[in-house]
Amino acid sequence: MSILVNSETRLLVQGITGSEGTYHSKRMLEYGTKIVAGVTPNKGGTNYLGIPVYNTVSEAVTETSANVSIIYVPAPFAADAILESAYAGIPLVVCITEGIPALEMMRVHASMPEGVRLIGPNCPGVITPSTKTKVGIMPGHIHLPGRVGVISRSGTLTYEIVKALTDAKLGQSTAIGIGGDPLPGTNFIDCLELFRNDDETDAVAIIGEIGGSDEEKAAEYVAKGYSKPVIGFIAGQSAPPGKRMGHAGAIISGGKGTAEEKKNAFRAAGIKVADLPSEVVPLLKESLR
Amino acid sequence: MKIHEYQAKQLLASYGAPIPLGDVADTPAEVLKVWNRIGKGRVAVKAQIHAGGRGKGGGIKLAETEDEVLSSAKKIIGMNLVTHQTGPEGIKVRKVLVEEALEVKSEFYAGITLDRSSRSPVLMVSKFGGMEIEEVAAREPDSIVKMKIHPLSGLFQFQARELGYRLGLIGKPLQSAVRIFTAISKLFVEKDASLIEINPLFHLKDDRIVAGDAKIGFDDSALYKHEDIEALRDEFEEEPAEREARKANLSYVKLDGNIGCMVNGAGLAMATLDILKHFGGTPANFLDIGGGAKRERVKDALKIILTDKNVKAIFINIFGGIVRCDEVAHGVISAKKELGISVPITIRLTGTNEKEGRSMLESEGFATGVSLDEAAQKAVRSAA
Repeated sequence: MSILVNSETRLLVQGITGSEGTYHSKRMLEYGTKIVAGVTPNKGGTNYLGIPVYNTVSEAVTETSANVSIIYVPAPFAADAILESAYAGIPLVVCITEGIPALEMMRVHASMPEGVRLIGPNCPGVITPSTKTKVGIMPGHIHLPGRVGVISRSGTLTYEIVKALTDAKLGQSTAIGIGGDPLPGTNFIDCLELFRNDDETDAVAIIGEIGGSDEEKAAEYVAKGYSKPVIGFIAGQSAPPGKRMGHAGAIISGGKGTAEEKKNAFRAAGIKVADLPSEVVPLLKESLR
Repeated sequence: MKIHEYQAKQLLASYGAPIPLGDVADTPAEVLKVWNRIGKGRVAVKAQIHAGGRGKGGGIKLAETEDEVLSSAKKIIGMNLVTHQTGPEGIKVRKVLVEEALEVKSEFYAGITLDRSSRSPVLMVSKFGGMEIEEVAAREPDSIVKMKIHPLSGLFQFQARELGYRLGLIGKPLQSAVRIFTAISKLFVEKDASLIEINPLFHLKDDRIVAGDAKIGFDDSALYKHEDIEALRDEFEEEPAEREARKANLSYVKLDGNIGCMVNGAGLAMATLDILKHFGGTPANFLDIGGGAKRERVKDALKIILTDKNVKAIFINIFGGIVRCDEVAHGVISAKKELGISVPITIRLTGTNEKEGRSMLESEGFATGVSLDEAAQKAVRSAA
């Protein structure tokens, strides 16, 4: 089955005519993703990359039955774009855009209709290699259909782990970048729950980092009993307190959110912890034996 | 982005929060003028730097006479203030806030932060003002009262009243506290703040409630909306390399080691520092040039890394997911020539056209590595 995106995915691209939107729409099409619509205000009625473009998401949904949307619009307009998809009845919204102000994201969360899942913002997206469905900006060719679920707060670090899984012929069932912002729409627990019920996933790798307490909460969740092996890695062991390490959410504040705390929480929950990214695959192999 | 106490207090006042009478000055003569203007009484002369712990470091002095005011001003302006937050090198004081010294009955704490788990700003108060809230949380956790601020509706009046009651206030001081809580909540939401701290929040003998100190930080991602806030930036408070990086739109954090680092992607950049440390090296910085690793950014990034004189070696780690490795290699080779870089550079490239990229680099004398661990160990050895 895999999770979140698969052969049923009918993708709508918000900001399809922009430079990011154009580039990544091409890459998604090449990979095999079914893109059914694009939305760019005032460009409705045109065709772009062979895809019909609409002025509004709601019109696009009516015409094409799109069921997933991906957002490439610039930060000042991205919060509105998320809500536009959510209010048009799209159940899964993936926001790639980095730099949405935290308070705007809080307003988005406070305004989200029931039953809509947001992934991101500031994330690489979601990919299911077995169905050739890529909804994001990750390089498709490093992925391989397989049985390991990947959940990560980062982009290139995820690719690093994904590539190692591919090189080891383990592959991925679905890889999800939940994003580096402090207020992600979907967190580790949400994804762990989805992978728990997915019969194509045998083990899960969690790639966390400093800041916040999502990893600790995921550890609590796993500690209550999780049917599949979970391997964890935390980036930011050497990060100084009070400094934002690139991602808006990667900051140790008031002594909280350190890599050490998170690793300890993982260990206490029975999650095997890799000290280096290169240790993730060997630990997974060991657990799957 | 952080601002100074005097700027934070002016902002608070513009939102209707009571602050002590005072003004900012950058010379002893100006300080004296302010003292004259605000009534020639007992005043506090407070160094304006972004770091906390100013009092203990000698950056805050009380003065009552003209001589005392003048000598405090002379001592503080131009001093190199060292506190637990400045690091041993300290920060040069360029401005002081001269402010009436008030008759204080008790000191509270009031602060707003973005609470990630409730996805809303949270206003916190405590009866124990004047010490850091982390310390209060450890020693007197029950004294901290928290109230969620609705991101769309703002703080409700009943919430502001409840916070006041929980501080033991009633009557006129309660009203005064409600005004302050309302003001800081509104300021926080309207100006996209990331932190506001009023610590201490004074309860005066005459029952007024006044902001004794004020610390405000803003969400960098929202500054494009607030020109008035951006105008409050003090470039003297920024680490020079961090300032250059901000202008080049690069994410850079100075650290105290000797291996300059350049990585594409924040998570991978953090992991790269961890790996260097694991193999016995010490990173000189965090630097994320973004997922795409574009050529001109490679040059900007190397320039910034080299402003740090501690850098003995450079480690570049690029995951070429979308960018081609030969293109990155080309960018690094030309940047090295243009900038005349003499320290050893180790590069780890992986992804599209990695072999071509590596052979280009090796023929130019760069150390390379296929695996991240192997390359990191080479970089550590090159800095030793």
